[in-house]
Amino acid sequence: MAKITFDGVEVEVPDGTTILNAARQIGGSIVPPAMCYYTPLKGSGGKCRACLVRVAAGSAKDPRPMPKLVASCVTPVQDGMVVENTTSEQVLNVRKGIVEMLLINHPLDCPVCDQAGECDLQNFAFEHGVSTTRYQEERRTFEKIDIGPLIQLHMTRCILCYRCVYTANQITDNRVHGVLGRGDAAEIGTYIENIIDNDFSGNVIDVCPVGALTDKTFRFKSRVWFTKPVNAHRDCPKCSGNVVLWYKGKEVLRTTARKDQYGEVKEWICNECRFEKKETSDWTIEGPAHIDRSSVISANHYELPVLNQSVIADLPESTQRELAQNPPLKLGS
Amino acid sequence: METTAVKPQFSEAAQAEIKRLLTHYPDDRRKSALLPVLHIAQAEFGGWVSPEVQNLVAEVLDIKPIEVYEVSSFYTMFNLKPVGKHVLEICRTGPCMLRGSDELTAHLERITGAKVGGPASADGLFTLKEVECLAACGFAPIVQVREKYYEQLDTPDAVDAMLSELRNQVHRPALPWEETGLPNALARN
Amino acid sequence: MGRKLLTEHINVEGIDTFEVYRKHGGYRSVEKALKTMSPDEVVEEVKKSGLRGRGGAGFPTGMKWSFLAKPEGVPRYLVCNADESEPGTFKDRQLMSKLPHLLIEGMITSSYALGANTSYIYIRGELLYVLRILEKAIAEAYANGFLGKNILGSGYDLDLHVHPGGGAYICGEETALLESLEGKRGNPRNKPPFPAMQGLYARPTVVNNVESIAAVPVIVNEGGDEYAKIGVGRSTGTKLISACGHLNKPGIYEIELGLPVEEFIYSDEYCGGIWKGRELKAVVAGGSSVPILPKELILKTAAGENRLMTYESLSDGGFVTGTMLGSGGFIAMDETTCIVRNTWNFSRFYHHESCGQCSPCREGTGWMEKVLHRLEHGHGHMEDIDLLVSVAKQIEGNTICPLGEAAAWPVAAAVRHFRHEFEWHVTHAKEAAQPGAVYRPSAVLV
Repeated sequence: MAKITFDGVEVEVPDGTTILNAARQIGGSIVPPAMCYYTPLKGSGGKCRACLVRVAAGSAKDPRPMPKLVASCVTPVQDGMVVENTTSEQVLNVRKGIVEMLLINHPLDCPVCDQAGECDLQNFAFEHGVSTTRYQEERRTFEKIDIGPLIQLHMTRCILCYRCVYTANQITDNRVHGVLGRGDAAEIGTYIENIIDNDFSGNVIDVCPVGALTDKTFRFKSRVWFTKPVNAHRDCPKCSGNVVLWYKGKEVLRTTARKDQYGEVKEWICNECRFEKKETSDWTIEGPAHIDRSSVISANHYELPVLNQSVIADLPESTQRELAQNPPLKLGS
Repeated sequence: METTAVKPQFSEAAQAEIKRLLTHYPDDRRKSALLPVLHIAQAEFGGWVSPEVQNLVAEVLDIKPIEVYEVSSFYTMFNLKPVGKHVLEICRTGPCMLRGSDELTAHLERITGAKVGGPASADGLFTLKEVECLAACGFAPIVQVREKYYEQLDTPDAVDAMLSELRNQVHRPALPWEETGLPNALARN
Repeated sequence: MGRKLLTEHINVEGIDTFEVYRKHGGYRSVEKALKTMSPDEVVEEVKKSGLRGRGGAGFPTGMKWSFLAKPEGVPRYLVCNADESEPGTFKDRQLMSKLPHLLIEGMITSSYALGANTSYIYIRGELLYVLRILEKAIAEAYANGFLGKNILGSGYDLDLHVHPGGGAYICGEETALLESLEGKRGNPRNKPPFPAMQGLYARPTVVNNVESIAAVPVIVNEGGDEYAKIGVGRSTGTKLISACGHLNKPGIYEIELGLPVEEFIYSDEYCGGIWKGRELKAVVAGGSSVPILPKELILKTAAGENRLMTYESLSDGGFVTGTMLGSGGFIAMDETTCIVRNTWNFSRFYHHESCGQCSPCREGTGWMEKVLHRLEHGHGHMEDIDLLVSVAKQIEGNTICPLGEAAAWPVAAAVRHFRHEFEWHVTHAKEAAQPGAVYRPSAVLV
C-alpha cells in the first residue's frame, strides 16, 4: 500500500494505483478531469493532458518535486507522494491552456451536436476554460465519413483520445478503424471505405468523450436533457443485458451502456440491445438511472450529485448540517 | 483511391527477402517487419502502395489491414497515390533553405512542369515532393530519389546532371536481394 | 589540431571493408572486452569516461547503462538510435556510411556489456543506402566470427540487425523509436515505465545514439580515464559537429570538447569563416530545437567569457543568454538571413513532425506555424509576437515527449533575441513580405 497526499487530503491506495485513481478514491471536486483515460481500456490515457497535476514531492524516499507536471492518469503513486491539483495555480493555468488547445480546431457546433449536455469537452471547457479565444486562423475540418448505418463519425469534433480504437481492439476481434495520418492531420478512419460492423461496435459511441461518434438511430431526436434515463435489463445471450434506456414520454429514444460517475462504461453491451430493442416490453425496468455527473441531465429533473461520504466528512459542520436537512432530491420531485 | 484489378503478388526475390527479414524479429512479433516490408512493397509496385498492396502486406505479416494503413499514413516516405517514374524528394528544412532549397524547388517546378504535392509531370517522369530534413545539411540543397541522395544542387548544371541521369534510367536501380536473386525476372517501373 | 578518436581513419581507402578496418586496429575492443573483461567492467570504463549521450540530451551513457533492469531469464536489448533527423545534424550518416564497422564494433562491445544477445540499429528510412552499407558490413562481421554464436570462442552470442524507419522525425525519441521497431506508428510512450525497465517488446532496453556507441571502442581500448582526460570538466572526449548553413566549409568535424566557438567558426582548420565574405548574424548550435543565439552571445557568454564547445559553456546563461550543445548540429546564419522566415521554417518542421498524440503539441505546433506564416507574409499583428511566446509556453513541459520543447524553444528564443525583427515584420509588413527581404537595423525609422 502507498499513502499519498492529494490536495491536502491523505489517502492510502494499493501500489501501482495511478494518481488519478487515488484522487477518485477521495472523490468530489478535487478529482482531475480526464478526457482520454478510460479505466476499462488498457493502454488508454496520457494523451489529452487534461489531468496534469503537480507532484510536489515524488516519494518519501525521494521527496524532490517532479520537474514537469505529470499526467495523473498514467503516473503511478509512490509512498509519501504529495500531489497538487486544485491547490496549484500552475496546474489550473496549464489546464486553461489545454482547454484552449482542444478548442482551437473544434467546430463549436454544440447547438446541433447530439453529444451536447453529456459532452466531456463541453464540461471541461465550462469548468476550466476562458470565455474568449486568441485563435484567428482557419479551423481544421474533415470530410464526413460514413462508417455504416448505425454510427455517425464526425471527425471534425474528435479530440483524438484513441478510446474508440482501444475499444475496437480490446472487445472486438476485427478492428477496421484506427488513427490515420499524423500530427493535426491525424484522423479516425477506415482508410478504404469500410463499415464498422460487429456485435459490439456500438460501444465506440459510449466511450467517445465528444460528439465525434454518435448513435445514428438517436440522431436529432431530442436534446439529451429532455430524455429520462432508466435502468433496465434483459436476458441477452451476447452481453450482460444491463443498460440504460433513455425515454421521452413513453418512447425509448436510445439505449446506452451503464456508466459510473466518471462516465466510464461498467459493462459493454451488444448492438442488439443497443440498436434493436427499443420497446419497453423488451426490457425489465429497474428504475431511474442515477446520472452522477456534472451535466444538465442530473441538474434538471433528477437527483443532485451525491457526494462521497469521505468528502462530506471533510466539509465544514454547517455545510454538513445543511446537507442533512436538504437531502439530494428524489426522482420526479 | 485507384485500384488494380488483379491481386498484387510479391516477386520471388522479394518473398525471399521478406523471409530473411522476418528472422530478425521474435516469431510472435512479425508486425515488427512492417516498415521494411512496406519499403519492399513500394519498390516492387511502382513507387507507391495502393490499398491492395497494403492488404497484401497485411496478409504476409498476418496482421489486420488497418494496422498497415495506420502505419503507412503516419510515415511520410510511403506514397499513397500513384507517382511518376521518379519521385524527387526535395528537402525544405532550415539548413537547406539557407542554401537555396526554395529556389531549387521553383527551378525544378519550371523544368519538369510538375508541381510540388501535385500529380506527376505530363511525361510521367517526375513527381515533386517536399520533405523535411534529410540529414545531409552540410551538402545542401539536397534531393533524394529512391535510395540516392543528390547533393549540393545549387547550380543549374548540378540539377541538369541529376535530371539527365534520371531520364536515362530505363529501370530503377536493382536492390541487393534482386542482384542475388533472379536477375531479370522483375518488371521494374 | 585535436585528436580524432572516431574519425582518424575515415578517409582511408577501403575502410568500409572488414579487412582494411581490421588492419587499422578495428575490433580490438571486442577482443579485449570479451577475452579479458567482465560485462560490468566494460560498463565501469564507460562510466569513468564521462561519455554523455551524443544524440542531444547529453545524459551520461554509463549511468544509463547501469539503470538497465536485469531480471533472470528475460532477454534484454540494445538498440542503436540512427534515426538522425534533427535539422542541422548529419554526423551519424557520415559516420555510418564511411565507417560502418566502427558502429558494429561499438554495438558488439556495448551489447556484451549490457548482456544483450539481440541488438538492433534503427536507421531512418531515408538512409536506406546506408542500411545497405551496414548490412554488408554486418555480413562481413558474421563471416569473420565477430557476430553470431560463441563470438571469438568467448561463449557470448550476438545477433545484430538493421531496421529502417519510414520518414518520421519523432522516431528519434527513444520510445517512439521502439514503437516503430515494433511495426507501429511512432507515438512516444508515456513514461514510466522507462525503456530500461520495459522497452522493446516490453523487455529491458537501452537506446543509444550512433556516436555514443561509436565512442565505446576507444573507451574500452584506451580506458575510461584516458578518454576523460580529453575535454573540459564534465564535457569529456571528442564530439562530432555537423557544420552547415552559411559557412565557407560546411561538413563534419570531430573536435575535442572545449574548442572555442570562435575558433570553430573562423579557423581554416574548421569552418573557415562565413561564406561570401559576409558577417555572421546568428547560430543555432545544437540542432534546430536549441535556442538560437545572436553573434554576440554565441561567441561570448553574457559575462564576456569565450564561449566554448562544451555542454556547460554553451548552456551558460540558461535560456536567457545561453543555448545547448544538443546533437552538435551547428547552423550558422549570415547577415542576409531573415530570422522570422527561419523561425517559421523550423516551426513548420515541428508542425509537420508532431505525431499528433497529445493535444498541446498537436494543436500548438500548428498554431505557431500559422501565426509565423502570417507574420512572414505580411499579415501579422503586434500582439501575435506575445501570442507566439504564450503558445510556446503552453506547449513546453506539458507534452508526452520532448518534441513539445523542441518546437517551443526555437520560437521563444527567436522572439527573445530578435523581437525587433518580428516587430519590423508588422510595421513594414509589405516590405517584409517581399522574397529575400531582411530586416536591417538601419531600416528602423525612429
